[in-house]
Amino acid sequence: MAKYTIDPITRIEGHLRIDVEIEDGKVTNAWSSAQLFRGLEIILQGRDPRDAPLLTQRACGVCTEVHALASIRTLDDAVRVKIPPLARICRNLVHGAQFLHDHMVHFYVLSALDWVDVVSAMKADPKKTAALADQLGNYPNSGAADFRAVKEKLQTLVASGQLGPFANGYWGHPDYRLPPEANLLAVTHYLMLLRIQSRAARMMAIFGAKNPHVQAYCTGGVTCVRDISNVDRLAEFLYYLKEMQEFIDNVYIPDVLAVASFYKDWGARNIGGCTNFLAYGGFPQNSGRYLEEKFFMPGGVIMNRDLGGISAVDPEAITEEVTRAWYKNGPPLPPAKGVTEPLDNARFDYDGKYSWFKAPRYHGKPMEVGPLAQVLTAYAKGQPGVKTMVEATLKHLNVPATALFSTLGRTAARAIETKVIADEMAAWINEAIELIRDGKVETVAEWKWPGETMGYGLIDVPRGALGHWIHQDKEDKIANYQLVVPSTWNLGPRDAQGQVGPVEEALIGTPVADPKAPLEIIRTVHSFDPCIACGVHVIDPDTNEVRKFKVC
Amino acid sequence: MELKAEVLSTIDAKGVNRRDFIKYATVVTSVLGLAPNMIPKVAEAMVTKQRPTVIWLHFAECTGCSESFIRSTRPWIDQILLDIINVAYHETIMAPSGHNAEKSLSDAMAKYDGKYILVCEGGVPTKNDGIYGRVGGRTMLEIAKETTKHALATICVGNCACFGGVQAAAPNPTKAMSVSEATGIKTVNVSGCPPNVINMVSTVVHFLLLGKLPALDDNGRPLFAYGQTIHENCPRRSHYENGEFVKTFGDDGAMKGYCLFEMGCKGPNTYNNCPLIKFNDGTNWPVGAGHPCIGCSEPNFWDEQSPFYVSI
Repeated sequence: MAKYTIDPITRIEGHLRIDVEIEDGKVTNAWSSAQLFRGLEIILQGRDPRDAPLLTQRACGVCTEVHALASIRTLDDAVRVKIPPLARICRNLVHGAQFLHDHMVHFYVLSALDWVDVVSAMKADPKKTAALADQLGNYPNSGAADFRAVKEKLQTLVASGQLGPFANGYWGHPDYRLPPEANLLAVTHYLMLLRIQSRAARMMAIFGAKNPHVQAYCTGGVTCVRDISNVDRLAEFLYYLKEMQEFIDNVYIPDVLAVASFYKDWGARNIGGCTNFLAYGGFPQNSGRYLEEKFFMPGGVIMNRDLGGISAVDPEAITEEVTRAWYKNGPPLPPAKGVTEPLDNARFDYDGKYSWFKAPRYHGKPMEVGPLAQVLTAYAKGQPGVKTMVEATLKHLNVPATALFSTLGRTAARAIETKVIADEMAAWINEAIELIRDGKVETVAEWKWPGETMGYGLIDVPRGALGHWIHQDKEDKIANYQLVVPSTWNLGPRDAQGQVGPVEEALIGTPVADPKAPLEIIRTVHSFDPCIACGVHVIDPDTNEVRKFKVC
Repeated sequence: MELKAEVLSTIDAKGVNRRDFIKYATVVTSVLGLAPNMIPKVAEAMVTKQRPTVIWLHFAECTGCSESFIRSTRPWIDQILLDIINVAYHETIMAPSGHNAEKSLSDAMAKYDGKYILVCEGGVPTKNDGIYGRVGGRTMLEIAKETTKHALATICVGNCACFGGVQAAAPNPTKAMSVSEATGIKTVNVSGCPPNVINMVSTVVHFLLLGKLPALDDNGRPLFAYGQTIHENCPRRSHYENGEFVKTFGDDGAMKGYCLFEMGCKGPNTYNNCPLIKFNDGTNWPVGAGHPCIGCSEPNFWDEQSPFYVSI
């Protein structure tokens, strides 16, 4: 059996290598390997806990904000403070803007080129493309002249001999299935999205100070008192939100459905599907500790694709293990009690250790986290917006619910989630306005340094379930800080039982037309929206120190 | 302002909106501190027929600088990518993966040998010969040494490439360092975590316009952007002079927009133009959002400017 290495996997955040074994045109085995680590958890030790949200946020500049949020929730939990309603809404608005930004950028910039052939777009008839655009949605700048301009832009680019980021793409691959007109439409929307995303980032900056890397969260609330209690700023936010909704309804959702309609067999054959799903929940509707919170997007655990048997999240069931990762062997442990003893010699070994990621498990099982897990959980729990959207999507594509367990399902889930969150955000703005009208403008709750304490923060972010844990010592310093991030769940390696990680599981069975142009493999890897810089932080190469930790 | 007919026709041929283009040239001209009569020259610099080739590398980093870069609105990022520069390699946006991606790098290095602008994002892990970061099987240290050697100029974006960044904070587990330290070459440092896209674009324009790198401070930072402190231009400065300070987040002083010095603001120690240009199209900036400046454009700020909520 031939083995193939794809390194670097691009259009992701960070450094990832994928290896596969291919037999009779199908992937029969897969290895996912993180190729970078940075040591953030070690760097956090001994620092002022209040600095953690700023520092951990630098785990990722693509899913920026999410670590600041998980971290500030961890600090709130450690000092046992309940944040005021206006602060909670403010955080939800910034976090919502993060979802809109992340998901739309993911579809167009990070994954669309796996399904859309840019070169074929040059053969399109702009008039027919305009007719197609009309049929799919109602969006400005979608006339024949607009599409002709994009077509000419592409032709000029090709004629210049300087193809920039489009050079050496897998253009002309036999599994690119869209007709030229649909390809031109998608390329045009790719270019539109490049502009729209800067507006989504602006939404985040209104209350978060800037994007990337927000700087307005503080223990007990938010610092942007003059923005969140200013109705002009709320109106500005709402204005951009409407712009996003227009794009989501008329461009993003129709594009996802249009692309999916050409690749339905990927759903029918469950290509890229996983078995188990975990969601922590997102957008708290009340203030309190995790498990006391009620979430707009509910959390839950689905085993063996059994949507009827969904159960509540038990943070104690989470473990990480290192048998196949570049760390000294030990038993599976809760992240909070994690032992991190990296090996000096990190050599890729198909039969042994092969990644800087640990392998997180829930009750010993690998779990997919992310938009598909979040949408399946919300669907199983009857969340009204998600239920409506999932049913409409299945009906439109004329596929059964089982088609969701696939790369295509993951891609559709991201779009569904974007719409449901965007539609709800206007309600949060109204809630904020009512609070301001009633004079409830408190944005930070008082808190005191508690002495030695533990805290944790769990939250769903665009890439999946994100958890931070802190142990503060009696000097009010960080004794220990741990992160278990979405990409560690999704892209982690095998475990001692030989169970493969979710991306590895998803890749096995994937048809590959040409191993030298591994388009089908990349489609599935991208559908998880990998974030490697985020996941590879757990290391202490100097001391091989054993760190003990406890979830409170 | 008059643009040469040749420039205008090139703009049109590239499908760029003339108004957008002139607005952009104006912003860049003002950030660079040039006289308004330089606007046509700035515009000219941007429409060279053969687009200047940029190779953008990611070392140990979070991609926040790339994200900041793609927020560009003047000109729009699609214009930068398709009309202004030729980004031959950029892992976050390029179409190919694996061997094809490596081919994009080697093709560009061969075709534009000695002529490409190298943009580096991220620090370089150097401990144990740099085994903590690999791309396509090679260490980042090897890649940095090779690509800088053949570049016309190396521009470091962000605190990581400029000074080592967050992974170089104590105890620096992977012995990460700046591109300059790791390779021994001189770099232009557009610092910040992340830097403002306007400062990134202006540095490149300066280069294209005058054929040389901008005047730099002792830390390699362009003086046009990093010549004054945050404090010097802070809109809350009068509250500082009046002794009006925020004492705790959410207090009355915070509501009134008082000075954040006592909350740990590092504005007096930090050279950057944030108060003048703000972020995300002038939408906001940290002090505007009631949060102290953390000094993110200063060398080693994770150690030297922290703890962030304790006053200087």
